[in-house]
Amino acid sequence: MGFVMRSTAVGLVAGLLFGAGLAVSGMTDPNVVLGFLDPAGTWNPALALVMAGALAVTGPGYRLAFRRGRPLWAERFSVPTARRTDVRLIGGAALFGIGWGLAGYCPGPALAVLSAAWPGTLVFVAATVGGLAVSRTLSPAPSDPNPNPNPGPTA
Amino acid sequence: MTWIQAVVGGALIGSAAVLLMVFSGRIAGISGILASVLSPAVRAEPWRLAFLAGLVVAPPLVTFGLGLGPLPSPSGSLPLLAVAGLLVGLGAGFGGGCTSGHGVCGLARLSRRSVVATGTFMATAFVTVFVVRHVL
Repeated sequence: MGFVMRSTAVGLVAGLLFGAGLAVSGMTDPNVVLGFLDPAGTWNPALALVMAGALAVTGPGYRLAFRRGRPLWAERFSVPTARRTDVRLIGGAALFGIGWGLAGYCPGPALAVLSAAWPGTLVFVAATVGGLAVSRTLSPAPSDPNPNPNPGPTA
Repeated sequence: MTWIQAVVGGALIGSAAVLLMVFSGRIAGISGILASVLSPAVRAEPWRLAFLAGLVVAPPLVTFGLGLGPLPSPSGSLPLLAVAGLLVGLGAGFGGGCTSGHGVCGLARLSRRSVVATGTFMATAFVTVFVVRHVL
């Protein structure tokens, strides 16, 4: 199996697992998310366990992955190299949180319910893609995590 | 919606991120993967389209298979969701990631940028919900 086919298969399986996780977790329901973000109201803190459950796997999992020195089916790890915590990072994150708090959607959960074709979900996803496109046009990312479009062995 | 579902769902999300890192050396950051689809370079790397396909296809299968009922509907008017989506896209674009890339992958890598970004978007999200629900 060639490099492109293997990485595509990994992408598909990872996407399926990620989508299954979102569907099971409750993150796909904006009312649950907004309930989590509302400690002054009828607070539902269960969603904190989604991040806790994910980090319980990625924490040790990443450490094992990085200990190997390189990925199994790629030449190197393509992780972000930027280190500065600047206005761009903080301002961007601040805007992101406002949008998240208005809709109860972040990009993953909205994509996870895309197949239901709710008009509101379609509008949100289209606007998210538009916002991403505008941000790329206004200023390119400070460090592209993937400067090499084909980092794997050309098998 | 139970605590157990939250933990199991989170662990599945974490497994997806570890799989992508162990095999392909990639961050499972959804806004980054979504943004890259806008770039013509994506054709050289179909794994991103495959990831998005899996992300869209799995939830209806899982909710049907487990009898969790229909996929939940959005909350809020169309104009509100348009504004929220624009802010989420702009913010993830400028901030270099979203809940998955910063909140799950970045925190696991102990990235200082991701700690700052996650703290910031959690804070503004809590404030936004407070203002919308209890002030306005």
